[in-house]
Amino acid sequence: MSKQEQHWEKSKGLLMMTLAIWFVFSIGIFLFGAEMNEVTGPFGYPLTYWFTCQGSLGIFVILIFWFANRQEKIDEEFGFSEKGED
Amino acid sequence: MIKGNFIDNLPKVYGIYTGGFLAFIIIMSIAEQMGVTAKTIGICFVAFTVAIYAIIGYLSRTAQADAYYVAGRQVPTVFNGMATAADWMSGASFVAMAGGIYFKGYGYMALLVGWTGGYVLVASLLAPYLRKFGCYTVPDFIGTRYGGNLSRFMAVVVLTVASFTYVTAQINATGTIASVALDIPFQYAVYVGLVSILLCSMLGGMRGVTWTQVAQYIVLIIAYLLPVFWISNKMGAGFFPHFMLADEVSRIAELEAQFGFVKNSAENLKEVPKGLAGITKAHSAVNATPWAFISLALAMMMGTASLPHVMMRYFTTPSVKAARKSVGWSLFFIFLLYSSAPMLATLSKLSLIDPSLPTGIIGKSISEVQAIDWYQNWNQANLMFVSDFNGNGTLELNEFFMGGKAVVLATPEIAGLPYVISGLVAAGGMAAAMSTADGLILAIANAISHDVYYKIIDPKAETAKRLVVARVLLVVIGFAGATIAALEIQGILGSVIWAFDFAMSGLFFPLVLGVWWKRANKEGAIAGMALGLISGAGYLVWVRNGGSGFLGITQLTFGIFGSAVSLVSMVVVSLITSAPSAATQKMVDEVRVPSGKSILGKQH
Repeated sequence: MSKQEQHWEKSKGLLMMTLAIWFVFSIGIFLFGAEMNEVTGPFGYPLTYWFTCQGSLGIFVILIFWFANRQEKIDEEFGFSEKGED
Repeated sequence: MIKGNFIDNLPKVYGIYTGGFLAFIIIMSIAEQMGVTAKTIGICFVAFTVAIYAIIGYLSRTAQADAYYVAGRQVPTVFNGMATAADWMSGASFVAMAGGIYFKGYGYMALLVGWTGGYVLVASLLAPYLRKFGCYTVPDFIGTRYGGNLSRFMAVVVLTVASFTYVTAQINATGTIASVALDIPFQYAVYVGLVSILLCSMLGGMRGVTWTQVAQYIVLIIAYLLPVFWISNKMGAGFFPHFMLADEVSRIAELEAQFGFVKNSAENLKEVPKGLAGITKAHSAVNATPWAFISLALAMMMGTASLPHVMMRYFTTPSVKAARKSVGWSLFFIFLLYSSAPMLATLSKLSLIDPSLPTGIIGKSISEVQAIDWYQNWNQANLMFVSDFNGNGTLELNEFFMGGKAVVLATPEIAGLPYVISGLVAAGGMAAAMSTADGLILAIANAISHDVYYKIIDPKAETAKRLVVARVLLVVIGFAGATIAALEIQGILGSVIWAFDFAMSGLFFPLVLGVWWKRANKEGAIAGMALGLISGAGYLVWVRNGGSGFLGITQLTFGIFGSAVSLVSMVVVSLITSAPSAATQKMVDEVRVPSGKSILGKQH
């Protein structure tokens, strides 16, 4: 496998992982919205309610930064990283 | 100060700007103490901020194609994040979102999840790859990746349908705010709003829009957060509302159980002015089926990833890795406002319905409520209404009606904040609507001037001529949008959601598969765009005309049907026609590698 193919395989792996986490917090948990809302979540809000106003949103922010860093590591590993500033 | 290494001076420039704006708020509040009228303060807020945007727009004027189309590709990540957040958060987010949460609760919160979750798709599936491509517009990517004028043209069609649906709502919002703040009739105010919008984008194109959007973000986020924190503190609900409103949320649930949701008869509801609603849904309980929630969230997420005015913001970053990080910053800045909207809805609702609070009106006598100053003001503005349906003389929960906008616009006054806050909120709403309208009008005008005029009609046109065409189109599209907005056909929020559905129907899969599936070819992409858009639009028309729909897909989520058709037709047609050429496949390989030259040249 060429360097480029290996790079793409790793990038695809990262994409799958990112989309899996995205799926859980944007779709998965809301399959059980009613049940989850019985539980008390962070700061004392009902759990589903908390996810819709803060939890999922905050997780998406962190997820994107995590993804960007991981992808950058992959690019560096194969020497495909761009030079220069952000 | 602005010349030379402007980019290096950005933190300083916007730091001074933010300080200046805060000083302006303080001066206005002193003026209010000294007896300046509320109307004058409102005019000052809107006029001052719009004048600043116009100056920024003028200073950003340019005669270069890459500055006009992609701001010279030198916008730093954090600032691009702010600009995207302003681009993204429309008049609807600012004025209507808290109201939607207030009335519909959980079922509406799907929009919050959808409008943020979509950015994960933008960051991981599209933005870095389209940045590597080096295109000026979204149809530029489609046209080059798939080849042929027809695919490029189809992309322009989808872009125009989606963005135009969206932009009329934004011009409508600027008109509404301008007409209230400046006290002029709506049909003129719409054009005042339009001129303000064009002042930002006419001379500088994307460069002008970028730097005004950063300025607009600063105004809108201050205008949203300051009242939320102030109200929360004034009510004694907690100094940091986001972490401290659990008691208030459970108190609302308690009151809901105590009052019950009484259903009004159709005859009684006839009395209620159009556009106003009562509280009929639980605040924090789950009040929608999983599919209703998930389908709406999914439609908004896929729509987010397909809306060209957002995508083109990531064409302005200096590098591919900067584009990725910039998506994270965008969502962070959006998060600041979106996580505050439910808190504002909670504070607003509790202050109105809790009889143990001094501001609570439920349980008071009808005549007492009708004598309150703020009730009279907002009743006159057609945003509040009470009526004694059961004739017992007391206001019940089901006898109180409010417009969605009132949650943001009226809550500061109800909580007893000084008028200067209402002026600030008007300036914030104006900033939110203007920034989105600018991004949208520019997206349409750029697509038509670059992709239709330059790439299809006259590929030999000189830069100066191209930019004249781009500017003329900007004005024409703006006026067309304003003219339709003046007709007031569809509510602000409805048309915004439709725009997402149109965009995802036609563009989501052609964009994503363009990067992630090498076998996707021109014929497939054309079929995907055309059939996706037609079937989505057809479904909308069918449901609007009394069609029953299927699989629980409503007129708000028709994009799910449209994009499914788009995916199937694109895959089938691609597979039965020949594979893309070796050159195209090599191009896709190059797009997947962040380093190296972009596919399209710096000037093209």
